[in-house]
Amino acid sequence: MKKILLSAVLAFGMATAAIAEVGETYIEDFDFSFEGPFGKFDQYQLQRGLQVYTEVCSACHGLRHVAFRTLGDEGGPHLDAETVKAYAASNFDIYDAEYDEDRPAIPSDKFPRSGLESAPDLSLMAKARAGFHGPNGLGINQIVKGMGGPEYIASVLTGYTGKEKEQAGVTFYENTAFPGGWIAMSPPLSDELVEFADGHSNDSRHLAQDVAAFLMWTAEPKMMARQRVGLISVGMLMLLGVLLYLSNKKLWRDIKRKT
Amino acid sequence: MAGIPHDHYKPKTGMQKWFHERLPIASLIYDTMTFPTPKNLNWMWIWGIILTFCLGLQIITGIILVMHYTPHVDLAFDSVEHIMRDVNGGWAFRYLHANGASLFFIAVYAHIFRGLYYGSYKAPREITWILGMLIYLMMMATGFLGYVLPWGQMSFWGATVITGLFGAIPGVGSILQEWLLGGPAVDNATLNRFFSLHYLLPFIIVGLVALHIWAFHTTGNNNPTGVEVRRKSKAEAKKDTVPFYPYYVMKDLFALVMILIVFMAIVGFMPNYLGHPDNYIPANALSTPAHIVPEWYYLPFYAILRAITFDVLFLDAKFLGVLAMFGSIAVMALAPWTDTSPVRSGRYRPTFKIAFWILGFDFMLLMWCGAQPAEGLVPLVSLIGAVYWFAYFLVILPILGWTEKTLPIPETIEADFDAHYPPKSNATK
Repeated sequence: MKKILLSAVLAFGMATAAIAEVGETYIEDFDFSFEGPFGKFDQYQLQRGLQVYTEVCSACHGLRHVAFRTLGDEGGPHLDAETVKAYAASNFDIYDAEYDEDRPAIPSDKFPRSGLESAPDLSLMAKARAGFHGPNGLGINQIVKGMGGPEYIASVLTGYTGKEKEQAGVTFYENTAFPGGWIAMSPPLSDELVEFADGHSNDSRHLAQDVAAFLMWTAEPKMMARQRVGLISVGMLMLLGVLLYLSNKKLWRDIKRKT
Repeated sequence: MAGIPHDHYKPKTGMQKWFHERLPIASLIYDTMTFPTPKNLNWMWIWGIILTFCLGLQIITGIILVMHYTPHVDLAFDSVEHIMRDVNGGWAFRYLHANGASLFFIAVYAHIFRGLYYGSYKAPREITWILGMLIYLMMMATGFLGYVLPWGQMSFWGATVITGLFGAIPGVGSILQEWLLGGPAVDNATLNRFFSLHYLLPFIIVGLVALHIWAFHTTGNNNPTGVEVRRKSKAEAKKDTVPFYPYYVMKDLFALVMILIVFMAIVGFMPNYLGHPDNYIPANALSTPAHIVPEWYYLPFYAILRAITFDVLFLDAKFLGVLAMFGSIAVMALAPWTDTSPVRSGRYRPTFKIAFWILGFDFMLLMWCGAQPAEGLVPLVSLIGAVYWFAYFLVILPILGWTEKTLPIPETIEADFDAHYPPKSNATK
């Protein structure tokens, strides 16, 4: 019996060690304003992120699930209607099947698909990457540190080491957050690449966090409404729980001879 | 209802009599709701109501989701995103439905292990137990079919792996697999039939649940002592029981609300925690995910499936794995006959208790194994776990019945209840 127990413990330990080796990527635990049950999107950070996406990412990456009109939604970048209209028209041309020609985008359009075939669409990226696994494949880090997807995006954007290698005619860049360690995307951000109208700091670390926050919103545009529903329903249920507890106690009092 | 004697519905007014003689539905509802229920039930007897709630929740949210979902390989993923972004409250219905499935399975596992501990499966409740196992199988099927519908990467590859299991059956395997898929591979035909069946099976579950309730209302509920309600006379039965309404309705409602607090916190604050991030990537037949894992509630049985890594004679490992997986549920269904102990409740079986808790740990260990890549020692640990699972039902339960020295059991439910809540000297019944 002891032997079996010992070997089981040993097996467990070695299996966990094997798993620890696989997850060699480094995901930095960035602090985002929307973490935790009371977290909120920072409307101005989302607007800055939108600007980074527009000026940098959109060259290759699409946002095909996101409609321009939603940029005006509360709990999002919350731009006013005129700004949304002007933003769509001046930045994107959309193919109109009805007239068989390209025309400037209008608010009811969606962002275009990725222009580059190898560049994944970013609409859902913040939910399509785990970011935090562990410890031991239990996923508890996701609860402790925050969801992980936006942290993964910011970590990839800041995780370049500067090393390059060429393989079959493609240049790969070493990245500490990307699975496998080598990514085909050249470092997209650099300090002061994007100028913000309000003069907000624009070193590459800030740019990475702003765009990661924006992509969290594109992935989960109803997050603020969801968290509000969570708070209200948990509160109401607790109240109802107290009432039911007291009712139940009173109801059973005679049966349990507690009078 | 046969069995425990109790007061039945009596139509009072002329109108009630007229109706009762033509359709005695009021009598059915009355007798079901006032059913005499052992008064010593503990908090592990709440899961039935939780499960009934889950079934209702899944059906209601599911019917709403269907109104906006499109079952087509080119449109399914986008229609789910449409629900999440454009449908009023769509995100709420989808997250309630997806996490509702997890709540459903947490509740069913608690319910099953409750039954295993207190011997609820033993005579005369074998039919209740078998019906429960059928409901559980139907839930597994429904959950799997539903997970395919969003048509993400895990949907697609999960469907490919699971239907591939049927392909492992010697001889008819490949024909069977093609028939299930509606083609040579997971494609539009597969998605359509999975959608159809995902809508159908819950209603079969409703039917089975009705039979399940009918069965245990015929035999009476089990209870933590495993001692039957006395049923020689109504007066005697009354000493052991309370009517389901209002006593257990109120208790179960309270329990339900406590569980809903946790549930709504998950839906509100971390609705994707129990899901897999890869399912937010549209299905792609040309790109296999690094690591295909089923939903958490299948993991223990998935681990048993993968535990068999060796061929035996002419049977290959994959087929043996499939047999082991279905066998692990079949042996559970056989528990009423493999458990030979005359004592029903685990409360009075000291050695059984140890074996039971090891089984509980085994279940969690297998669940963890199922989530890990089948590398290193994971297959070996899974195999040890699988062997214990089978040994518990096929070896330990029969042998314990003959060898175990059990503790004395209380004479009646009333005696057990009085031991917990001593009668006041002046308040005699």
